[in-house]
Amino acid sequence: MRPVLVDRRQLREVALTPDEYVEIVDKLGRKPNRVELGMLGVLWSEHCSYKTSKPLLRQLPTQGPHVLEGPGENAGAVEIGEGWVVVFKVESHNHPSAIEPYQGAATGVGGILRDVIAMGARPIALLDSLRFGPLPDSRHHLEGVVAGIGGYGNCVGVPTVGGEVYFDDCYAGNPLVNAMCVGLVRTEQLKSARAEGAGHLMLLVGAQTGRDGIHGASFASLELDRASEERRPAVQVGNPFLEKCLLEACMEALTQPGLVAIQDLGAAGLTSAIAELAARSGAGARVDLARVPRRERRMTAYEVMLSESQERMLIVAERGREGDLAGVFSRWDLEASVVGELTDDGDLVVVDRLKEVARLPVRLLTDGAPVRMLEGRPPTQQSTGDHPDRLLVQPADMGAVLIRLMSSPNLGSRRPIFRRYDHMVGGATVIPPGGDAAVVRVPACRLGLAVTIDGNGRYCRLDPYVGGQIAVAEAARNVVATGARPLAVTDCLNFGNPERSEVYWQLREAIAGISAACRALSVPVVSGNVSLYNESEGRGPIDPTPVIGMIGLLSDYGDRLDPAFKSDGDFVLLVGETDNDLDGSEYLRLVHGELGVQPPTIDLARERASHGFVLAAASAGLLRSAHDVAEGGMLVALAECCLLGGRGVHCGGLRPDEDVRLDAGFFGESQGRFVISTRPRSMPELQALARRHHVELALLGLTGGEAVEFDGQLRVDLAELRRGWESALLNH
Amino acid sequence: MKFGVVVFPGTWSDRDWGHVIKDVLCADLIYLWHKDRELHGVDCVVLPGGFSYGDYLRTGAIARFSPVMDSVAEFAARGGLVWGSCNGFQILCEAGLLPGALIRNQCLEFRCEWALVRCDQPSTPYTWRLERGQLINLPIAHGEGNYFADPDTLRQLERNGQVVFRYCDASGEPTADANPNGSMNNIAGIVNTSGNVLGMMPHPERCAEAELGGTDGLALFRSLLQAASSLTLR
Repeated sequence: MRPVLVDRRQLREVALTPDEYVEIVDKLGRKPNRVELGMLGVLWSEHCSYKTSKPLLRQLPTQGPHVLEGPGENAGAVEIGEGWVVVFKVESHNHPSAIEPYQGAATGVGGILRDVIAMGARPIALLDSLRFGPLPDSRHHLEGVVAGIGGYGNCVGVPTVGGEVYFDDCYAGNPLVNAMCVGLVRTEQLKSARAEGAGHLMLLVGAQTGRDGIHGASFASLELDRASEERRPAVQVGNPFLEKCLLEACMEALTQPGLVAIQDLGAAGLTSAIAELAARSGAGARVDLARVPRRERRMTAYEVMLSESQERMLIVAERGREGDLAGVFSRWDLEASVVGELTDDGDLVVVDRLKEVARLPVRLLTDGAPVRMLEGRPPTQQSTGDHPDRLLVQPADMGAVLIRLMSSPNLGSRRPIFRRYDHMVGGATVIPPGGDAAVVRVPACRLGLAVTIDGNGRYCRLDPYVGGQIAVAEAARNVVATGARPLAVTDCLNFGNPERSEVYWQLREAIAGISAACRALSVPVVSGNVSLYNESEGRGPIDPTPVIGMIGLLSDYGDRLDPAFKSDGDFVLLVGETDNDLDGSEYLRLVHGELGVQPPTIDLARERASHGFVLAAASAGLLRSAHDVAEGGMLVALAECCLLGGRGVHCGGLRPDEDVRLDAGFFGESQGRFVISTRPRSMPELQALARRHHVELALLGLTGGEAVEFDGQLRVDLAELRRGWESALLNH
Repeated sequence: MKFGVVVFPGTWSDRDWGHVIKDVLCADLIYLWHKDRELHGVDCVVLPGGFSYGDYLRTGAIARFSPVMDSVAEFAARGGLVWGSCNGFQILCEAGLLPGALIRNQCLEFRCEWALVRCDQPSTPYTWRLERGQLINLPIAHGEGNYFADPDTLRQLERNGQVVFRYCDASGEPTADANPNGSMNNIAGIVNTSGNVLGMMPHPERCAEAELGGTDGLALFRSLLQAASSLTLR
C-alpha cells in the first residue's frame, strides 16, 4: 500500500478515519475528489454501513416460513394470510431529537413511513419508543418529541397506536427516539427496491432538494458534544402535508403499469438511495444533477448529492412509462423529474449537465466500508457488594409503595401522551394504546395484528445478554396478552460508542441475547436499525438499550384480549413462577435507591410455556382479560387491570414460597408472568390446561369492590390510586 | 342514497367515511376530487377530517378556495345536505357556510379521545333519530376545535336552536371539565339556519362499528338515510 497524504480536517467533516481514506485510495486506484469523498463518507458512516455491528448482526435469526423480505430491504415483510403481507421497521432518530426535539422526532416519523411506503405498502400504524432523563429537567425534550411525533403523524393521517417511554439519568444528555411503522400490502403488490435491467429511468418525486440535513448520517455516527449545537443544520425540517400527498401519489403510482421499483430517500439522501437501488439490482446508475429540482440556488454537486431534504422518493420506471407515472404525481401537485437511469457498468456516475463530477463503483459505496472488528471486554466488576436482598428492609406499608410506584413517571398512565396522538384514524384500531400491545384489524377480513415496542435499559446495564433476551420475551408477552401469536421482530439497537471495549461487549452480548430469545420463541428478525455513539459530554454512554418491535397475529380479532377486568366476581390468577427478582426493578430503584447486581432471571423454555398456555386459553375462550407482568411487578400489573376495568380486586394474603420475600412477591420483576381473569366456571378447564403446559397457575383473588386489597397486607382505594397514576406524567 | 366524500390534499378521514358508507351502510359512494366542480348527483356531500393543504396558514383557509367548494356552496344554497366533520367543520366556517370559527384548543394540545355530547337539536336531517338531550359518545381528534363566535352570532345560534351538539358530562351538564377544547357554550356541532349544513368536530365515522369502541355515530347516518329519501332540492 502506498503512503497517502491525508487532509485530516476534511476527513473529520465526512467522518472517515485516515485508515478508511487509505482503503478508498487503494481500491479506487486514485484519490477521490471532494464530491466522491462526501458520498463515501455518508455511505461508510456507521448509520448507513453498519461497519461495526455487521459481524454481530449475522447471528440474528432472519428466516421463517412466512418471511418474504428480511434485513437489507427498506423494511421487513411477512405474509399473514388472506393475501396480505405486513411490512414493518423501526428506526432511531436520537441525535436529531437531542438537538431539535420537535423536528428530530417529526422527521423520524416521516423517514420510517417512507421505508414502509417503499415496499409498496400503505402505512397503517406508528409506534414510538422514547427515553429521556428524569423529569422535570427533561420536560423540554419530552414535550418537543411528543409534539413532533403528533405533529407529523396526526397530519399524515397514520394512527400512532402504541409506544413506551422511560426516564433515567443515563438518557439526560442523549434522549432516545425510536419510531416504528407497520404497513400492509397485497402479496402481489409487494415492491422491492430491486430494478433488474439497465435502461430503466429514475424519477425523483416529492419535495425539492435543499441544503437541509447535509451530513445527517455522519452526524448520527458521532458522539454529542458542545459542537453538536452547531450541527443544527444537519437536522432536517419535516413537511407532513407533503408526505401525505407523496403517500397517496405513491399508492396510486404503484397500481400503474411500468413502475419497476421504489426507494425512499433517507439518511445520505440521493447518494444512498441511488447506490442502494443500484446495488440491490446489481446495476450501475447515472444521475444528472441539473435535473434535480431544487429549492435553493447555487447548490453544489456535493450539496445536492448529500442533502437529506425530507419527503422525497425515487421511482424506477420502464422507459416510455415515465410520463404516465409523472402524471400521477402532478395530479397531487408534486414534482416528478427524470434524474437519471440505471446502467450496466456497475458505477454510480454523477454528471452536472455534461461534466462528470463523480464516478464510484456502486459496490465500493455500499459494501466497501471495511468491517471494524473491535474488541469487547466486560466492564470491571461494578459492584462486589452483597446481593441487596439480604440487606434491604421490607417496607411496612405495601399499599403506600404501590401508590408511590404507580404515581412515578416510569409507571404512571401514558394517557397524557397518547391522547395527543390520533390513534383512531384509519378505522382499524380495535385495541387502542394504554394496554399491552395495540391491535389493528386487517381490511376486509377477520385478521388482527398486535403491535408493540419494548425494551429495558436497566436490565441490559446489569447484564446485556439477559437484558437482550428479556427485551424479546417482554415484547412477545405484550403480544401474547392480546391473544396474538408472535410473528416477527424489528430491532433498534441503541448503544454508546463501540470503540469503548465495554460498549462493544454490551452490543455483542445484547445481540446474542436477542438471537437466543428469538430462536427460542420462533420469531425471526426481519428488519432493524443500529444507533451507536449515544453518549454525551460528561455523562458517558447510555445504558445499552435494545428496543424490540414485535408483530403478532390474531386469526380473528374478535377473540382479542385486553388487560381490563370485565365484571365482578371473576377469578384473578397469576401465570408463571415468582422468584426473588428485585434487582433492576422499579421498586428497588424508587424505594431503596438501588440498582442491584443481576437482572431478573429468564428461562426461555418457561417463557415459551407460559405464552403457549395463555394463547391456548385465549383461543379456547377461557379468558376475560390478560395482562403481562413487567416493570413494577405483579401488584402494579394487577392495579392496572383494576384501573382499566374500573373495578377492584379482593385477594387473600399473598404467601410467596418460603425463600421468596414478600416485597419480591408484590413488586419483583420475575419474567414469564401474566395476570389473567376468568369466569369461575372456566376454572377447572383452565387448571387442566395449565397442567398440560407445565405452567404454574396461582389464584390471587376475585374481581369487585373499589380497592386493591390483600387481606391483612394492603388495601388501596382505586380512586386514590387513579389520581396518582393519571397525573404521574403531568405532576413531575 | 349517494354520498360524495370530498378529497382535498391532506384529507385523511375520506377512507374511513368511505368504509362506513360502503361497507357498513351499503349506500352509494363517490369520492369528489377538490379540483373538480362536478358533484355527480350526490345526495349528501361529506367534508371529512384531515389537514387540508397542511392547514399551515389556518385550518380550512386554503381548502375553501378549491374549485369543488363553489359547487358545494351552490349545492348547500339549494338545500343540499352538506356534512362537515373535524377539518370539514373548519372548512365550512372558513367558507362562510356556517358562522363562527374554530381556533386552537384551549389546552394548546391535540386531543384524541372519546367525548360525550348532548343532542340539543333533534329537528335536523342528521339527528332526528336522536332524542332532545340524548347523550352520545363520539371520538374527537383535533388541535383546533375550540368553537368561537362573536356574542351576537352566539346568541343567534342559541336562539335559533342551531347548536346541535354540546360537550357534556355523564349527567348531561355542559361543564368546563367536559369541554375538551374550550369551545364557547361547549359547542361541538352546529347547523345553518335551514338545517341542511351540519358542522361538527367529533368523528361519527369512527363510531359506526362496535369493534371500534362504539356505534353512536350510526344514529346520525341512519337519520340521514331516511331523511334523504324525503328531501327535495330547491
